[in-house]
Amino acid sequence: MGVRARLGRLPVIRQVRQSVGLQRGMLVAGLVITGVFAILAIFAPLLAPYGFNQLKGDDGVSFGAQDPPSLAHPFGTTVGGYDVLSRVIWGSQTAFFVIAVAIVLSIFAGVLLGLVSGYLGGWLDRVLVVIADAVYAFPTLLLAIVAAIVISHGQSNLVGGVFAAAISITVVFIPQYFRVIRAEAVRVKAEAFVESAKVIGASTWRVMFRHVLRNSTRTLPLILTLNASEAILTLAALGFLGFGIEPTSAAEWGYDLNRSISDVTSGIWWTSIFPGAAIVLIVLGLTLIGESLNDLADPRLRTRRRSSDAAGDDGAADDDIEVVPGGAIDADAPADRERA
Amino acid sequence: MTAATVPAAPAAPSAPRRRPRPAGGSLGRYILVRFLLIFPTVFILVTLVFLFMRTTGDPITAALGGRLPADQLAERIHEAGYDRPLIVQYVEYLGHVFTGDFGRTLTDNQLVTDVLFRYGGATLELALYALLVAFAVGIPLGMLAAYFRDRWPDAVFRVFAILCYATPVFFAGLVLKLVFAVWLGVLPSSGRAGPRNEIALGRLENPTGVYLIDAIRLGDPAILGDVLQHAVLPAIALGLLTAGIFLRLVRTNVIGTFAMPYVDAARSRGVSEYRLVRRHAWKPALIPIITVIGLQVALLLGGAVLTETTFEWKGLGFELAQYLQARDFVAVQGIVALLAVIVAVVNFLVDIAAALIDPRVRY
Repeated sequence: MGVRARLGRLPVIRQVRQSVGLQRGMLVAGLVITGVFAILAIFAPLLAPYGFNQLKGDDGVSFGAQDPPSLAHPFGTTVGGYDVLSRVIWGSQTAFFVIAVAIVLSIFAGVLLGLVSGYLGGWLDRVLVVIADAVYAFPTLLLAIVAAIVISHGQSNLVGGVFAAAISITVVFIPQYFRVIRAEAVRVKAEAFVESAKVIGASTWRVMFRHVLRNSTRTLPLILTLNASEAILTLAALGFLGFGIEPTSAAEWGYDLNRSISDVTSGIWWTSIFPGAAIVLIVLGLTLIGESLNDLADPRLRTRRRSSDAAGDDGAADDDIEVVPGGAIDADAPADRERA
Repeated sequence: MTAATVPAAPAAPSAPRRRPRPAGGSLGRYILVRFLLIFPTVFILVTLVFLFMRTTGDPITAALGGRLPADQLAERIHEAGYDRPLIVQYVEYLGHVFTGDFGRTLTDNQLVTDVLFRYGGATLELALYALLVAFAVGIPLGMLAAYFRDRWPDAVFRVFAILCYATPVFFAGLVLKLVFAVWLGVLPSSGRAGPRNEIALGRLENPTGVYLIDAIRLGDPAILGDVLQHAVLPAIALGLLTAGIFLRLVRTNVIGTFAMPYVDAARSRGVSEYRLVRRHAWKPALIPIITVIGLQVALLLGGAVLTETTFEWKGLGFELAQYLQARDFVAVQGIVALLAVIVAVVNFLVDIAAALIDPRVRY
């Protein structure tokens, strides 16, 4: 297999190749926006003019409060005397950090539970499904608030604040991964190759992780991008309600928006518009990726290339799993199965 | 056959007696099973909330920790019974919840159920306005997007839908406030009514808490207009969030039904394109929307907390945020548990509505 073909199998790159026209445009736009924020996050120390909790310039003079945009402060300053531009840039670092922790934790817990529940079945499965359904129906924000209270008891310090926010979001996501992986595990365990493995004498754990899990992850990249955008919104909402991260520990857009409520009434726009726009843009980028992946995976929604140059590009649509309201997901299932 | 006989809803419960079927399938049975499912759901949520809130510490320390000396704190904790074993507290709590007692708030010593009755109406009102906005915006635009599939109007509407979803309600609220209340000055920026009207509405006997109804009862058109004006911005902020989801749903489903043979058949009979969308393609596409409204209720409630905080809309969400700020976790626990019950009941009602409309939902 050549490098090009190998590259073509990677989740996102394959979809970029597969897409055409408008769909490709939306996918690429999403990738570009997300990429820009990733660069901002990685190079925040170089790009931001000041520190996120810096109140004085290098000359020792304090920044003014609620200063309109100027050369020294291109996005103005907040009511607390922080530089808005710096906090927007540093905020992307916090956002990516929280996304990463939340997603790693929720994939770990959700996938494990879903796999065990779906493959082993029995009373454990029934109990877990009822719990997951109950939690799934609950307002996510309230759940995250309750979790935040548990983890940090409402007081957040340095790294703790970031982790508390991430874990609160994890609690919300676990049922989603659980449902998807469980459904897949139930489907895959009926396949012939699972039975073959059992006949050869593979242990339950080996069958579960090597045979079932490997073939149950086809929808993960999609849920991952959609959850990443939801993580940002939840983080911002927690911050907005005063349960996020302290301004001295890290820059967080939701907190900054909370502080700008009173600014807005007096016509001070720069303290709310810039952090708000940052949230909208990064969520927009991630959602564009997620939605494009969703459409490309759904044969009903995928824009097809002229039949001559893409024969066999459409995977067989044998079964649909609803993850996103209104959108069915179906990756090229037979291809994945061959590899097992 | 089943599909043809069962939708006659009131007659359905008597159907199984005449013609018993082996594995369910009747509406009455579905409603019963679905109703019984409420109890484990509520039980699990209430238990989770209790365990979450109580395992890490007692609410009195959280609320008054820094303000009272240690011995007085211990006394208060002992009085409230928070030093007993967790399991005892849990059983007691379940008993209280079962009898409809969700506790008293720590900071202002009110019954949580009273808080609900006083502020629930405001949240309900906001949620209904928001749903109206969501339907009015989401459904027509979704149909248009599906009709212009993969052409530029589709792209515009879809980006709009994603923007609706990507904008946190509180940011949408702040921008709306900035533009319409501060810069243009055409709409009020916060509250549910002007201060004088608020007093007039407060004097009303047996207020419903839904200002629209209360204002109509007062019979003063000026107050009614004022109340409606205050509702515009919060309703749009919260409604757009859901509108984006409706738009996407309608689009996906109308595209699905457009591919059906009967649409082609209608088109070949010379049915106009407008009529095709209005009458043929969108009705089957509505069913999935009704089934997901249940999930939207949870989203709307979460969004209401943020919208109410942004606009100082004094509803349940605003109160919840206040209690959160005050670290009054008894109140938070009570309100959250109550909301869990409400969400479970609303989901039940929505599922029943979906089953009445679409026989395929029943099992």
